[in-house]
Amino acid sequence: MKFTLSWLKDHLDTDASLDQIIETMVKVGLEVEEVIDPSEALAPVTVGYVKHAEPHPDADRLRVCKVDTKDGEMQIVCGAPNAREGIRVAYAPVGAYIPGIDVTLSKAKIRGVESFGMMCSSRELELGDDHDGIMELPEAEVGTPLADVVGPLDPVIDFEVTPNRPDTNGVRAIARDLAAEGLGTLKPLEVPEVEASFDQPVTVITEAPDACPAFGALTIRGLKNGPSPEWLQQRLKAIGLRPINMLVDVTNFLSYDAARPLHVYDIKKLNGGVHARMGKVGESFEALNDKEYAVDETMCVIADDENVLGLGGIMGGTSSGCDETTTDVLIESAYFDPLTIAKTGRKLSLTSDARYRFERGIDPASIEDGLKRAAAMILETCGGEASSITIAGTPPVEEKTVSYPPAEVTRLTGMDVPESRQEEILSALGFEVSRGGTWDVKVPTWRPDVEGKADIAEEVARVHGLDNLPTDVLPRLGDAPRRQPALSEIRADAARRACAGIGLMEAVTWAFTDEEGAARFAEQPKEIHLLNPISSDLSVMRPTPLPNLLLAASRNAARGAESVRLFEVGGAYTDNTPKGQRTVATGLLWGAGVRDWQGSTDEPSVFDAKAAALSVLEAIGAPASRLMVFSDPLPGYHPTRSGQLRLGPKNTLARFGELHPSVAKAYDLPGRTAIFEVELDAVPPAKNKGATKPALGLPELMPVRRDFAFLYPAEKPASDLVKAIQGADKALIDDVRLFDVYVGKGVPEGQRSLAIEVVLQPNKETLTDKDIEAVSARIVAAAEKQGGSLRG
Amino acid sequence: MTLEADIASLEEELNAKIAAAEDERTLEDVRVSALGKKGVVSEKMKTLGKMSPEERQVAGPALNGLKARIADAIGARKVVLEEAALAEKLEAERVDVSLPVAPQQVGKLHPITKVFAEVAEIFAAMGFEVREGPDIEDDFHNFTALNFPPEHPAREMHDTFFFPPKEGGEKMVLRTHTSPVQVRTMMEEKPPIRVIAPGRTFRCDSDQTHTPMFHQVEGLVIDKETHMGHLKGTLEAFCREFFDVKQLKTRFRPHFFPFTEPSAEMDVGYERDGAVVKIGQGEDWMEILGCGMVHPNVLKACGLDPDEYQGFAFGMGVDRLAMLKYGIPDLRPFFSGDQRWIEHYGFQPHEV
Repeated sequence: MKFTLSWLKDHLDTDASLDQIIETMVKVGLEVEEVIDPSEALAPVTVGYVKHAEPHPDADRLRVCKVDTKDGEMQIVCGAPNAREGIRVAYAPVGAYIPGIDVTLSKAKIRGVESFGMMCSSRELELGDDHDGIMELPEAEVGTPLADVVGPLDPVIDFEVTPNRPDTNGVRAIARDLAAEGLGTLKPLEVPEVEASFDQPVTVITEAPDACPAFGALTIRGLKNGPSPEWLQQRLKAIGLRPINMLVDVTNFLSYDAARPLHVYDIKKLNGGVHARMGKVGESFEALNDKEYAVDETMCVIADDENVLGLGGIMGGTSSGCDETTTDVLIESAYFDPLTIAKTGRKLSLTSDARYRFERGIDPASIEDGLKRAAAMILETCGGEASSITIAGTPPVEEKTVSYPPAEVTRLTGMDVPESRQEEILSALGFEVSRGGTWDVKVPTWRPDVEGKADIAEEVARVHGLDNLPTDVLPRLGDAPRRQPALSEIRADAARRACAGIGLMEAVTWAFTDEEGAARFAEQPKEIHLLNPISSDLSVMRPTPLPNLLLAASRNAARGAESVRLFEVGGAYTDNTPKGQRTVATGLLWGAGVRDWQGSTDEPSVFDAKAAALSVLEAIGAPASRLMVFSDPLPGYHPTRSGQLRLGPKNTLARFGELHPSVAKAYDLPGRTAIFEVELDAVPPAKNKGATKPALGLPELMPVRRDFAFLYPAEKPASDLVKAIQGADKALIDDVRLFDVYVGKGVPEGQRSLAIEVVLQPNKETLTDKDIEAVSARIVAAAEKQGGSLRG
Repeated sequence: MTLEADIASLEEELNAKIAAAEDERTLEDVRVSALGKKGVVSEKMKTLGKMSPEERQVAGPALNGLKARIADAIGARKVVLEEAALAEKLEAERVDVSLPVAPQQVGKLHPITKVFAEVAEIFAAMGFEVREGPDIEDDFHNFTALNFPPEHPAREMHDTFFFPPKEGGEKMVLRTHTSPVQVRTMMEEKPPIRVIAPGRTFRCDSDQTHTPMFHQVEGLVIDKETHMGHLKGTLEAFCREFFDVKQLKTRFRPHFFPFTEPSAEMDVGYERDGAVVKIGQGEDWMEILGCGMVHPNVLKACGLDPDEYQGFAFGMGVDRLAMLKYGIPDLRPFFSGDQRWIEHYGFQPHEV
């Protein structure tokens, strides 16, 4: 919302400087966004006199001028057609900043001729739109500041209207806040009494009491429409509105002055009376923005006996609009339901100053004042005579009184504000205070936001000033039991460190992804497809971070990365319930990486993925010894080079493998891509063992190592064999390590030769050859049970 | 030839052979030929038995002396040869130590992870615990309980991501802020409450300075005494610690949020030094977070009596904190997964 300093001073009697006013606005919660003080920009600009002008030797359009300035005679090269001898000009010296072209002047050489400073056009100084030539100033001494020549300049202030303060859409409310703070005195609002020369002749009916509870009207006849007075045009221009004619300009003025939207109808263009009613399907009208709008039964329209004229509280129509020929008008000052206005505006994508104000809530008690002020202004400029005022319906003026204990402000803010000051502040803001133990505070009609004692405390606090807040430290929480950090937090942290520890870079990607990418890994239910995605490639909640990591990998590869090592710890979504969101640690490895003279790095494979998954699982405390490996084919994964790590047959803790070649192709990732996902929530919490570690029982005897080679069916998982051998003698066998896999000469078709090292750890006494033979026999027997046979 | 002369000549001959031995094997041959069972010295020793006691008295020490000296000479030569062999072997093992080592794969953590960790640590010291909530929220937790009126613009499609309506017509949303965690915490736990809630948040916004997903940290304190003075003290302490400045200029400006009353925004003083933003002092103000006293309607919606309980809440943008503290100029690359960016702006695990 924009306004000018002089406009504010219509309502506020103050000697405060512009800076003080801005500072105070910020202090009371009116967030100033921009201040344009034209005199600041003009400060370096002074009057100069062109003594001599001659054509530039090398350029037809340029002139070389000798200019008398406060800095002495300066040579200035100028391209303006009106740069000529004998005129007074706006001289900006070298070093001055020219706002209109965003340039700080420096000494220049223009086509070989030196030029010192500039003679400015009004547009270059943001004083107007004229850029056909440089400004020609009236008689004034050389060196006079330009600001003194062009007349007083009105600074423009732009600030953010918060949704709770619809009243601040009018300049008067700003003045009221500033006066309450003590920056000046609020001038009384003089609402003129308009003499009623005749009864308001137009029938006005509201047939939609919910959408339009009240419709006030006043008629003026015999007026002569035309341009509004200069002061009014200046104000509207300053805040970025285009002056149209007096009738339109008055409604705009009061909209910004008092947050009171009005509308004016040309009575001669009306067919009978004026009705506020709900629209009907099939009806339409041409709005003042020259666009046709179809209305429906959810929208409140203003119609005459035959046609829809406009949308109440949003925009009028061309059919009843006022122009220079208008002589008789009906002024509308109504109250429209904010919700209906908002819905209609949204439905039609139609914004206007009126909609903006009505949907935030206008003062329902402002109907008559609005009509009187508008009528008085029109009569003064356009002549004519005014009717009486009629109001159809009843404005929803509510008497709201809040019980307010004056200690509330201290309870909530810690600030001690004397009761007298509290009363002063509240009264200045328009509240009516009845003091007592608990005060009765009557809320002004323009403050729909104030409902309870906390709101009153806020009014007192913000005007008193939050710079008075004490700085207190939260006391230590007594003996309240401290909770351990959540398991989810600890695991996410551990997973991140584990991934970074094996050389992966942490990415953070969108929680949503594209439909096709998601579908490569899981069919997502409709309920987690966004209704209003920001774009079609971010339209569904991701079933796993993989599609987004793949896109990132693809982009990295396209930029020339030799290898991609990425991971993300974050949400994966199965449905729209809190439980449907899992936390997964997901990683991706692509590309062989940097070549090394000590031996080449291999392309990542399913085993890199498995190693990564195991690292994460170990970091988050999964029971490694109980993990079972499965190799069910999963969407997105290479069907024969992928697997799952589970606890029991159903609880999948991790998936790992190579990316399906057809998926890899879709992401332009040639060669193998290793991928893994670890379900951080699926790992059962470790049994609470406290901080103590179990005692370390170091055996005194040397371990004994024995190697075995087994022929083993190619299609059977090697892990079964290893597990069986581990179980062959639980007391003696400390470790079983598979260290070689061989297929080829000497191994029958359909078999693999698996070389396995068994570590035996004697406990009490050294193993004899007989002991070792016995355990070897048990190992071989266990292997045979799994289908293995000792290689001869 | 006298025995003496004989021994001297033999010793000279043997010493010459020892000196001529160029490797350990040759030297061993010399040892065997001299001191072995059938070696020349051993053979001479054997002649002692046949000598008369007088002869033996002279010849015995002389021969034993010879044997000892030859053994010593062989031992000394052996040391020399071993040292030479080792020196040769070491020379043969010479490498070019200027060759590069195998590239180390070092991963980095995202700056958001770093900032989350820092924020959690600073608030932990003030007694705050971490709470989490789901990204997909219902209307109650994201809006209604937080005192958003039914027609509030935030509930519109242009601000909030919605999911298809359920049977009753209610639409789930992607949470627009971390504030729903306030509601969940107040409904599940008894005061005193002192928590922060970090997490992902979502709004329909995408341009140079906005991304459809971003990160926030919410803070909530509920008890019977906490007021805005505590809010100020807490947030100032946080900012001093986070930005690592001793002197910190702050300003609290009244503002509006549906879920707090009174509401404020906190600004910190800063100055620009070229492209670097220095938080703490300076003539300019930078908005850093929104805060206020929890609105009575929010307390009521969560089952707490606003006449008995009170407290403050605040929320801040984590991505922006990261940008400010670590001088990261643009927001959009945060979510691009560009390895070069992560390498540059990321942190090693031990730094987090």
